[in-house]
Amino acid sequence: MRTILNFFSKIWYFYYEGFRSMTVGRKLWIIILVKLFILFFIFRLFLFPDFLNSKFNNDKERSDYVREQLIRRK
Amino acid sequence: MIESVDLSTIDWSRAQFALTAIYHWLFVPLTLGLSFLIAIMETIYVKTGDPEWKRITKFWMTLFGINFAIGVATGIILEFQFGTNWSNYSWFVGDIFGAPLAIEGIMAFFLESTFIAVMFFGWNKVSKGFHLTSSWLTAIGANLSALWILVANAWMQYPAGMHFNPDTVRNEMVNFWEVLLSPVAVNKFLHTVSSGYVTGAIFVIGISAWFLLKKRELLMAQRSILVASIFGLITSLFLAFTGDGSAYQVAQKQPMKLAAMEGLYKGEKGVGLVAMGILTPGKKAGDGKDAFLVKIEIPKLLSVLGYRNTDAYVPGVEDLIQGGFKPEFSPRPAQESAIAISVEEKINKGRTAVTALGIYKEAKAVDDKAKSDSALKVMKENFPYFGYAYLNKPASAIPNVPVTFYSFHIMVALGVFFILLFIAVLYALKKKVLEKQRWLLWLSVWTIPLVYLASQTGWIVAEMGRQPWVIQDLMPTMAAISKIDASSVVITFFLFAAVFTALLIAEIMIMKRQISIGPKEGGTK
Repeated sequence: MRTILNFFSKIWYFYYEGFRSMTVGRKLWIIILVKLFILFFIFRLFLFPDFLNSKFNNDKERSDYVREQLIRRK
Repeated sequence: MIESVDLSTIDWSRAQFALTAIYHWLFVPLTLGLSFLIAIMETIYVKTGDPEWKRITKFWMTLFGINFAIGVATGIILEFQFGTNWSNYSWFVGDIFGAPLAIEGIMAFFLESTFIAVMFFGWNKVSKGFHLTSSWLTAIGANLSALWILVANAWMQYPAGMHFNPDTVRNEMVNFWEVLLSPVAVNKFLHTVSSGYVTGAIFVIGISAWFLLKKRELLMAQRSILVASIFGLITSLFLAFTGDGSAYQVAQKQPMKLAAMEGLYKGEKGVGLVAMGILTPGKKAGDGKDAFLVKIEIPKLLSVLGYRNTDAYVPGVEDLIQGGFKPEFSPRPAQESAIAISVEEKINKGRTAVTALGIYKEAKAVDDKAKSDSALKVMKENFPYFGYAYLNKPASAIPNVPVTFYSFHIMVALGVFFILLFIAVLYALKKKVLEKQRWLLWLSVWTIPLVYLASQTGWIVAEMGRQPWVIQDLMPTMAAISKIDASSVVITFFLFAAVFTALLIAEIMIMKRQISIGPKEGGTK
């Protein structure tokens, strides 16, 4: 148990020290975090709902809808 | 009942997808190529123990890190668009995309994120051998991530290893290996990643040439150019080889794309390859006008490249529309007779398949087994032409010929130019005259945007050349699109444009600053 904890503690300090000693990397991490916030929080949540999942409750309804669309559009 | 789809929704959705893909592909090729160059440079450092190689490795690693950080997750937006704008398509492809994309996600996360951390944080903390292994695994991981997304794309160009389930209206994977190892997927992967290697090589040569012009970091620049030009020459020759393999696959599986790439309207035996040419503006299939205002052709080469035979018949756009010729290859030998059928006939077969799908569903609902079995048989027989049901006229099967033709020729011309540049740089380096050849150094600097242009035009050929298909022969864009309002797509198009442009400006500014700072002692983090 102690060995496992020691292993994870080493990994933690490896990343911790790495991030602390960053110079250019800090700026990049800010860009990454802002970008991920815009992509996943704003875009995904408000602008890109999954069309079929938001309109139908189960796969049968989804397949019926797509079938109907494919037949009607020909 | 025929239901119309708002054409502007299709156009804006296509534009949005193209915009996202183009921006995404500005970041990816450099990651693919530079990661291997860094691994090679670090290998030299570990082998020689020369600290200058460590410094060189760290400098390029910093630029790699900037590109990776700005580009990471830009591709995820393409997946958002599948679910929102292209829901019919997303449903129709079923689990074909699920498996490759899931593997891609796992690989990208575990391989790249784990070993990139060791690459950047691990200097002097882990052994040289472990650090070097991490650098190689980062490069391999990045390339394997690309494999899965390219396999998915190749399936859209040449659907294989699946069967269509009429009950779920989804394609189901029946043979993973057929999907993974389809000749289109193998060629696409090799051609695409090798274009990334060439991008990385030209990036390194161009930046190093700038240092030579500024008379700074001479040793670093010369060593970097040496590694990059050897790597670039080998990979650009491989790029040409895989490009030939891709064209051979296109000739077999997407003959209309090949005809558009060459501006070939009327087929013939022993067709030459257009080395350069100007298309007749406004030329339409069947209008009797010459396709070219002027062209220079290499005799018989298109027949050789497409069919490995100097006298092979290469069908043109008009032949593919009208049918009636004997194809050298048939994409569907089991279904197609020895004589190619017209697009008009394919449209009829497609409509028969779609109608049969409706009858099958109705018959199943009332438990009429005989009728549902009969409809299923008709649908299966005609399924290879399923997507043609949605074309309103045969000419709808023709992609944009000028865009495909010019993109293809720009890509090929630049590919040849890159090979010559690598040779010229290597020669000048060997003769120890590179620093004096300022024109060659400036040419190297200005080739950086050209390598991105070549990469983008390659994708334009691949994607616009296969129009109207989202999935070759099975689903055109107008059947794939969701029934959504065009205005919402317009808004997100401009939002993406703003976000991506901001990211690109950030990348260029941060990178420019780091380049002007140059390599630090021990590198930068």
